Amino acid sequence: MSLPVQVGETADYAIEVEDLAIGYHGKPALTGVTLQVPTHEIFGIIGPANSGKTSFLRAINRMDLMTAGMEVSGSVRVEGRDVRSWRNPYALRQRIGVVFPLPVGLPLTIYDNVALSSRLRGTRKKADLDVIVERCLRRAALWDEVKDRLDSLGSLLSGGQQQRLTIARALSQDPSILLLDEFSIAVDPVTTMRIEEVLAELKSEMTIVLVTNLVQQARRLASRTAFFLTGELVEVTETETMFEGGAQDPRTTAYVEGKFG
Amino acid sequence: MFEATAQNRSNRKVEGLFRLLFLWMTCMLILPVALILGVLVYRGGPAISWEFLFTQPLDNMTAGGILPALVGTVWLVVVALIASVPVGVAAALYLSEYAPDNRLTRAINLAIINLAGVPSIVHALFGLGAFVIFFRFGTSILAASLTLAVMTLPVVIVATRESLQTVPLAFREACWNMGATRWQTIRKIVLPNAISGILTGVILEVSRTSGETAPIMFTGAAAFIPFLPQGVLDQTMAMSLHLFVISTQVPDVPEHMPFGVALVLISMVLAMNGLSIAFRVYLRGRKKW
Repeated sequence: MSLPVQVGETADYAIEVEDLAIGYHGKPALTGVTLQVPTHEIFGIIGPANSGKTSFLRAINRMDLMTAGMEVSGSVRVEGRDVRSWRNPYALRQRIGVVFPLPVGLPLTIYDNVALSSRLRGTRKKADLDVIVERCLRRAALWDEVKDRLDSLGSLLSGGQQQRLTIARALSQDPSILLLDEFSIAVDPVTTMRIEEVLAELKSEMTIVLVTNLVQQARRLASRTAFFLTGELVEVTETETMFEGGAQDPRTTAYVEGKFG
Repeated sequence: MFEATAQNRSNRKVEGLFRLLFLWMTCMLILPVALILGVLVYRGGPAISWEFLFTQPLDNMTAGGILPALVGTVWLVVVALIASVPVGVAAALYLSEYAPDNRLTRAINLAIINLAGVPSIVHALFGLGAFVIFFRFGTSILAASLTLAVMTLPVVIVATRESLQTVPLAFREACWNMGATRWQTIRKIVLPNAISGILTGVILEVSRTSGETAPIMFTGAAAFIPFLPQGVLDQTMAMSLHLFVISTQVPDVPEHMPFGVALVLISMVLAMNGLSIAFRVYLRGRKKW
């Protein structure tokens, strides 16, 4: 007996979340989230601190397994498949690149930072790694600045360079989904704009979930934007509609107009 | 304009008093250490010679050298390290990187700290019962070293766990998010950055192990054996026990000899501690984040 396959529906969405609730040690952090992220789209998530944005990202790549006391209920489907049905969560995480608010250059050389993911998957050949490292650094708009010092420590780069290094590292996973968690917090405005350009290009190859504290950043990049507030999803709306005053909920309008948060 | 109030003046006076008090306490701390070292060098120094270090004891240990004790101590320390470091590091890795933070883990951590507080004579009796009698190792280097290993295991575990925890969680999270397993993260990121701290802990263990007397008295060290140990099942002499024996059990030992033994022993420990400080300086110089 074969299971009913819903190709038409599942293939359109990279991430489908249904009735998702997340708590830590029994204390709820996020409740009742249902939304879909279409493939090859930049999906924005905005909301003030403690609204559950980061927890949402952690539920997608099953970091609840690595976090003491984190409980997840409801369903999260990545490319049509429930993340809890992956018997190997490491394989799931390899398909999902993550960029953190504070740039985390691992205490390895620039080269090793970008080659790490491939090495973890068993790529040993120097020639193959060279290609991957150069390609990913180029795509993260960092190659020109570091090509002459690939052997120096990635953790000693400036904040903006480290953040592009982490993006290069995430790209080296060859991900189909990229999760960005307030990537511009520790990055200067010029670098932020460069990264934003990179993201706009990457959209054609992968689905991007952009959690941001800058509402204008969501406006610049995201096709649709979700507004999270104190552990609830207020609404998901076309970004332009949201910013043109067409939000369904008055709290969203107030937030994007800078009246609170 | 800016007049000091009465409160300002009193604050300043109290500040000066406390500074003086702490300085005085520090001097009181240094004094005994300096005295011990000074007396040892002054009275034991003349005993030190090539011959003293590298020949057998003669005339019921009232003359000759300390070679068997020196070699014996090295044997005991090395075998103890081989036994305790892998177990200690593995246990610390489990407790720090894998174990869930629950009541059982906390109980185990508490037990480890308590183990460090068990008097060494209790370890000695445990070693006698377990290794000498139950496992039939006899009184041997193996039994004595295992006893020392059990005794110093908490030191290794605590030192390792602490140096593992100096590696920021963010590094682990970054690796896990890339799909690395815990072991891959440990091997690629955590261990390389914690290894110097672990080595420091190991060296501290060495310096502690080499001076212990009680745990080896019943389990493997003998007062006098006129030849060097050939394997781990032999009995051996040891520096610490040798010092005890010639100071209290043997009549007519020339006065400079026990001081000389003590000086050699303490020099070994100081050299080890110096090495561990050098490691830490090296580590700080290479800090990668």
